[in-house]
Amino acid sequence: MLYREAGDFSKTYREDSQTFPIRFDRYRYYAVLLIAFAIIPFLLNDYWVNAIFLPFLIYSIAAIGLNILTGYCGQVSLGTGGFMAVGAYATYKLMTSFPEVSMVVHILLAGGITAFVGVLFGLPSLRIKGFYLAVATLAAQFFLVWLFNRVPWFYNNSASGQINSPERTFFGIPITGANTEPWAVYLFCLLFVALSAVIARNLTRGAMGRKWMAIRDMDIAAEIIGVNPLTAKLSAFAISSFFVGVSGALFFSVYLGAVEVGEVFGINKSFLVLFMIIIGGLGSIFGSFAGAAFLVLLPVLLKNVLVTGLGWPTDIAAHLEFMIVGALIIVFLIMEPHGIAQLWRIAKEKLRLWPFPH
Amino acid sequence: MPDQLVYAMEVFLNGLMAGVLYALVALGFVLIYKASGIFNYAQGVMALFAAMTLVGVMEGQVPFAHLINAILGTKVHHFGWHLPALIGIVSTVVVMVLLAWLVQRIIFKHLVGQEPIILFMATIGLAYFMEGFGDMMWGSEIKKLDVGLPQGINLWIDETTYGIFDYGFFIDNLDIVATIIAAILVGGLVIFSQYTKEGRAMRAVADDHQAALSVGVSLNFIWIMVWSVAGFVALVAGIMWGTKSGVQFSLSLIALKALPVLMLGGFTSIPGAIVGGLIIGVGEKLFEFTVGPLIGGATENWFAYVLALLVLVFRPQGLFGEKIIERV
Repeated sequence: MLYREAGDFSKTYREDSQTFPIRFDRYRYYAVLLIAFAIIPFLLNDYWVNAIFLPFLIYSIAAIGLNILTGYCGQVSLGTGGFMAVGAYATYKLMTSFPEVSMVVHILLAGGITAFVGVLFGLPSLRIKGFYLAVATLAAQFFLVWLFNRVPWFYNNSASGQINSPERTFFGIPITGANTEPWAVYLFCLLFVALSAVIARNLTRGAMGRKWMAIRDMDIAAEIIGVNPLTAKLSAFAISSFFVGVSGALFFSVYLGAVEVGEVFGINKSFLVLFMIIIGGLGSIFGSFAGAAFLVLLPVLLKNVLVTGLGWPTDIAAHLEFMIVGALIIVFLIMEPHGIAQLWRIAKEKLRLWPFPH
Repeated sequence: MPDQLVYAMEVFLNGLMAGVLYALVALGFVLIYKASGIFNYAQGVMALFAAMTLVGVMEGQVPFAHLINAILGTKVHHFGWHLPALIGIVSTVVVMVLLAWLVQRIIFKHLVGQEPIILFMATIGLAYFMEGFGDMMWGSEIKKLDVGLPQGINLWIDETTYGIFDYGFFIDNLDIVATIIAAILVGGLVIFSQYTKEGRAMRAVADDHQAALSVGVSLNFIWIMVWSVAGFVALVAGIMWGTKSGVQFSLSLIALKALPVLMLGGFTSIPGAIVGGLIIGVGEKLFEFTVGPLIGGATENWFAYVLALLVLVFRPQGLFGEKIIERV
């Protein structure tokens, strides 16, 4: 009924192979973009931005990054927190060393630096596989956090060991520091998210994405049909780390403003992002958004219902959150390994036929 | 004799003792991995949960007291009894066996034949769930665990070494007891797996699921048994670490300590877990002692991982692991 491709003809190959081949889908996508860019900024207040929209947007970038590595290339990484920390500290050093350069440049450079570090820690992936690699990426997690904690150069010798983001503007509007407007930071992050999603989507459906998927499905077979595992794996590590680095940079500079590395970028962050892509859907860009939204909204929801609504103590809500997240991971792995994205796909199939059974 | 060398010897001995504890946790991993191919990230949380249950039973805490109080508005917290350690340990073992049964029944029965990495992620989910569940059941505050193990400096070693080096070594009694218990446990496991029917069945399953199934070994039973044994090992590890530094969240992080031990020793080898544990225990203490002060200290967090990573680059299966053969 709602969702028909009848009368929707593709006349060229280009039209046939676009991301949203069905007209209804395409308009829905434009509508989402329009709402996100032109309507939401007018409705925002501080609470909405800080509790929901900024974490959602920033985690989405991280989830897209990890999804490229884990969902598309099959290399499980538990070092996401460490790589986010690289992005954060790289922006901090760049912001304080070159105050006059634009923030966008800093954040992109931070992504580049993270990509380099990612390749460095991705090198063992050529020798070791599966959860050996997952555990090996923990080396990155612990080593990087330790490094940023212990070497004063990274936090400019500040007494507290924290890094604080100074005020920077984008077209004259402050986007970091204490005097930011909710709509400004929202739009700034949204810009990065939209670009990341478009880039990631186009990378993953091109030749590079196919190589990654071949490596994921069976690396020896991929090697035999002519995929170079060295370039495929390392490019996945580089691109994934780039996105993760950008998200770490935004997380520090725009969202939190002040960061203590052990608390913010600890191993729990790595697991959080991994859970996002498992629940959202491995190997799906939409899944990265869905997972990020789910795990950002869940604690907010629990807090509102249990603590504010029923008057339970906060610690019970926190324990319950752990239990729900853990149980959901298991449920999704058993029932729907492709996550919310797959549920969404099934729903779309059903909508196409509705109200008829076949 | 130069002082530095004597200090280094003390550090070495303490490293050995720490290594035994790492090996103890790593052992639980190896058992499950060998029998079912599941890399059980939740092992550390199982140790925490076992220790919490032990304290809870011994102190007579009411399970889920917080939740009950929040829902019903009551003020229950204790039954008001204090049980001896032995009863506590026995009931905790029962709880761990029950847990093993549930885990097999609810989770891994449905995941048979999945890729190892999926199973690994499922155990991460299990770890999260149990972390929340344990806190919900017994409360998240730091608890003191005392089952009557000796603690404090061993005076005999202190005096003997003082006589030889003019410097008394500080070695905790608890570490010595832990070493002895770990040795007994390993010996017991070896005897169990070599000389009992169940143990032989377990090794058969580890060797080849299909072949074991076809000669009549019940996979379900073996897996529940292995999870129970791993739960028991977790309990022992939980008692040791809990006595040492209190039963608290950080106890579950010993899993993170055991991972590099396993990578170093190889996932499939019990001797590997022990040797790996000793190497890492000694290595990280000596590294912290010699290089640590030069580069800012607290190197123990990552040294084990970086060491394991370096070993893996040259020997992907670890020091003692079976050679990985890949076929298309």
